[in-house]
Parts: sequence; C-alpha cells; structure tokens
Amino acid sequence: MTLTSLAFYLFATVAVASSFMVIASRNPVYSVLFLILTFFNAAGLFVLLGAEFLALILVVVYVGAVAVLFLFVVMMLDIDFAELSEGFLQYMPIGATVGLILLLELLLVFGASSSLIDAKPMPQATPEGMTNAEALGRVLYTDYIYFFQAAGAILLVAMIGAIVLTLVPSNNPKKQNIAAQTARTRDEAVETVDIEPGQGI
Amino acid sequence: MIGLTHYLTLAAIIFTIGVFGIFLNRKNVIIILMSIELMLLAVNINLVAFSAYLGDLVGQVFALLVLTVAAGEAAIGLAILVVYFRNRGGIAVEDVSQMKG
Repeated sequence: MTLTSLAFYLFATVAVASSFMVIASRNPVYSVLFLILTFFNAAGLFVLLGAEFLALILVVVYVGAVAVLFLFVVMMLDIDFAELSEGFLQYMPIGATVGLILLLELLLVFGASSSLIDAKPMPQATPEGMTNAEALGRVLYTDYIYFFQAAGAILLVAMIGAIVLTLVPSNNPKKQNIAAQTARTRDEAVETVDIEPGQGI
Repeated sequence: MIGLTHYLTLAAIIFTIGVFGIFLNRKNVIIILMSIELMLLAVNINLVAFSAYLGDLVGQVFALLVLTVAAGEAAIGLAILVVYFRNRGGIAVEDVSQMKG
C-alpha cells in the first residue's frame, strides 16, 4: 500500500465519519466544528488529486468564512436546541430507508462501470512544468472569463441581499430635512435674552 | 491503487449523508443548511476527481463556481434565518408555512 493510498483512506475515513457527526450531533456548535473537519479532509483529498489551489480555497472560503458564519449564527441566536432535535428518532426509519436506497443505487452505478473506469490510472489535470494555480488561471481568465464574472456578480448579489435582509433601520436617523430648514424664520430661531449683570441665565 | 471509483464512492457516501441529514433534522434549519453544504462538497469532490481523471482543468473551474454559489447560498440562508428568528423568536421549520403574504 503506497503512501498515496494510505493518505486517501485516512482522509476519506475521517471525512465520512465527521460528516456523519455533522448530522448526528445534538449540539449545533459541535456540528459546525465537525463540518470544518470534513472540509479540511476534503481539502486533503483535493491535494491528492493535484488541485492544490481549490484545496486552499476550500480551507479559506469554507473554514474561514462559511463555517465561522455558521458559528456566529448558532451562537447569536438564542435557541433551545434540545426542543429542535425532538423528532430525531421519529424521522430515522424513513430517512435511513431513503439514504440507504440512494447509496445502494449510486454504488451500483459505480460497480457496474468500475471495470471501464479504473482501466486508466489517475493522471494530474495540471500540465507539466506549471503550478496548479497558474494552469487554472490560464483557463479561468480566458475561456471561462464570463463564468468568472458571473461568479463575482453572484457574490455581489448575495452580499447585498444579506445586508438588505438583516439591516435594522435606525430609530433616529440623522437625515437633513430641507423643507424644515428653509421654513425657519428669524423669530423662531433667535431669542434675545436680557441678562442682568452678575447673574446667569 | 486509488482510482476514480474510490473518489466517486466517497462522494456518493458524503452526498447520502447530506440527504440523510435533511431527513433526520427536519426541525433544525441550521443543520439542514449544513447538510446542503455537505452535498455541495460531495459534488465538488466528483468534479475535481473527474478533472484529474480526464486530465482537463475545466472540472476545477466548475468546482470553483460551485464553491462560490455555496458560499452565497450559506450567506443568504443564514441572513433569512436571522430575520426569521427576529420576527418569530424561534427557528422551527414547521411554522414557516404560516408566513403568508
């Protein structure tokens, strides 16, 4: 068993176990932490496949942004999670049935076609003498530039949407009321006070 | 030797766990969102595995796009969740159908 196979089985086992813990944990904070572990192991698998750039993006975007966002929301909302996980066992049989059927069907497809697929060894997608990031950039910024721009637009829309949804309008906004400003007269704005010498107002 | 089938099987298992998670935690929206993230991760593993298998970088480009959409989806989903919690004081999914109009 080579080192690559060993690494694959390690990453795959931990990824499957931690992704199962994501859905099985009672405490959502643990779920988020197991989600982070799953993403780390998937990043390891991506490195094995020669996709170093995507592996690092997975760590940066998912662990750094999405998982922390989940943690923020889980900790910010004051929710009784014991009450939410009540129907856990009630949905177990139907969920297990559907999941098992789906898994068996997927594995059947691979089993039927594995003799065709595995005839070829896994090559690397990155050309020789080039880093993965450079090769990916050469494809992404030329042939797929519109897809790249569309991804940027999606992120922009998501950002604006999240801000619009969660923005709470201020109770006392500091806005200029031009009509009230120009309607002021000298009589209501200025008051003449006659102060006796040696006294305050 | 680790071939394409190994990666496809792993992705299938993770995808199934994601589907299973949605059934299992029907009341907890946060876990449902995390299950969706798991399913998208399985899709990404498939894309990258096929990219390596075919020696074509386009699979990685599409994995990048899936990653972008997943990040946006998580942000919007959690924003909706926060607004819903603010309005109702809870995140029970079964009450969402009462929000008419």
